[in-house]
Amino acid sequence: MPDMLFPVAVFFAAIFTDNILLTNYLGMCSFLSVSKELETSAGLGIAVTFVLAVTTALNWVVYHLVLVPFELEYLRFIVFIIIIAAFVQLIEMVIERYSEGLYFALGIFLPLITVNCAILGASLFMIIRDYSFITSFFFGLGSGIGWFIAIMAMAGIRQRLKNAKIPPGLDGAGIALVIAGFMAMAFMGFSGMIQIS
Amino acid sequence: MAAGMKKKTFLAPLGKDNPVFVQILGICSTLAVTNKLENTMVMVLGVMFTIALSSWTLSLVRKWIPSRIRMMVETMVIATYVIIVDISLKAFYPEMWKQLGPYVGLIITNCIVMGRVEAFALQNKPTLSLIDGLASGMGYGYVLLSIAFVRELLGTGSLWGFKILGSWWTNWSIMVMPPGGFFMLAIFIWIVHESFLKKGKEEEHA
Repeated sequence: MPDMLFPVAVFFAAIFTDNILLTNYLGMCSFLSVSKELETSAGLGIAVTFVLAVTTALNWVVYHLVLVPFELEYLRFIVFIIIIAAFVQLIEMVIERYSEGLYFALGIFLPLITVNCAILGASLFMIIRDYSFITSFFFGLGSGIGWFIAIMAMAGIRQRLKNAKIPPGLDGAGIALVIAGFMAMAFMGFSGMIQIS
Repeated sequence: MAAGMKKKTFLAPLGKDNPVFVQILGICSTLAVTNKLENTMVMVLGVMFTIALSSWTLSLVRKWIPSRIRMMVETMVIATYVIIVDISLKAFYPEMWKQLGPYVGLIITNCIVMGRVEAFALQNKPTLSLIDGLASGMGYGYVLLSIAFVRELLGTGSLWGFKILGSWWTNWSIMVMPPGGFFMLAIFIWIVHESFLKKGKEEEHA
């Protein structure tokens, strides 16, 4: 594969064949608790996509320009989580200052994002897989979009399920996990479409 | 009274306050490694170590943490213990470290750790917090280990890497793939909710 196209391949792989939620189980907590309504899911999905794309790129810069030269790689967990938390806080303040509407739409989700495993997970994956800067950015963006698609699909299905008769023990998280399982099976249909080693 | 309190603290997370079944917390980072019993065991031990010691540490210093930057301090302490787990795993068990990949680091964002610290350790004495942390880790661990047991047995016909089922067994490869993890957890939640949680409700009504 030509090097130019590699980031594009990673981008599509992160959405379909290697979906961060359905094949790597990351970001499950907020996925299960927030996916009851379509609108809130969309809000959280957009916020996650944005934060994922930016923090993955930001963490790449800090890791390769600061931690590696000083041989402090083992500190990456602390550094990454601080960068993510600080960035989320910053975004919250900016949105609050400039756009009240957006603040009320996204504001409540932003604190949730700091503890979303998908954000930290994408940064750790990009270090382990040794991606370049551009590839990391596309990987973060693709992971975010993949997460967005998964939570939107889940919210849509769950809204339909409101009138369905579900066994009492399976109601709530149980049925959500069953749906997630079926969605993971559906996404497995994409495997083989893109090969990245 | 003190001994009774300790026992109660220890037993609650194993049964009626189980973090996975009842609170559906912290399944993110660990469900991913439940396709093999051995991986799950290592991961569970890491989580137990982190919860117990960070609860203990934060409970020790709970009176000196300004509440405004509480979350930051908690995250730092948790991350420190996770780094200890990560480096020791890398040094003593490199193959496992490679297999687990980013999931060790993701213990930091495991909601159970933060949840126990916020809900318990900041209000209670260090020893009690240590017990609560250990018990929460165990309550979490046995659920994941039983999921891993079924997944590895049905998916590969072996346990802990040893072949258990003979050549007559056809592997259910879906079990070791991602959907298997979702289905197993859903089935476990279903069984638990149907059986002993319902019993608990009846007792409340009686």
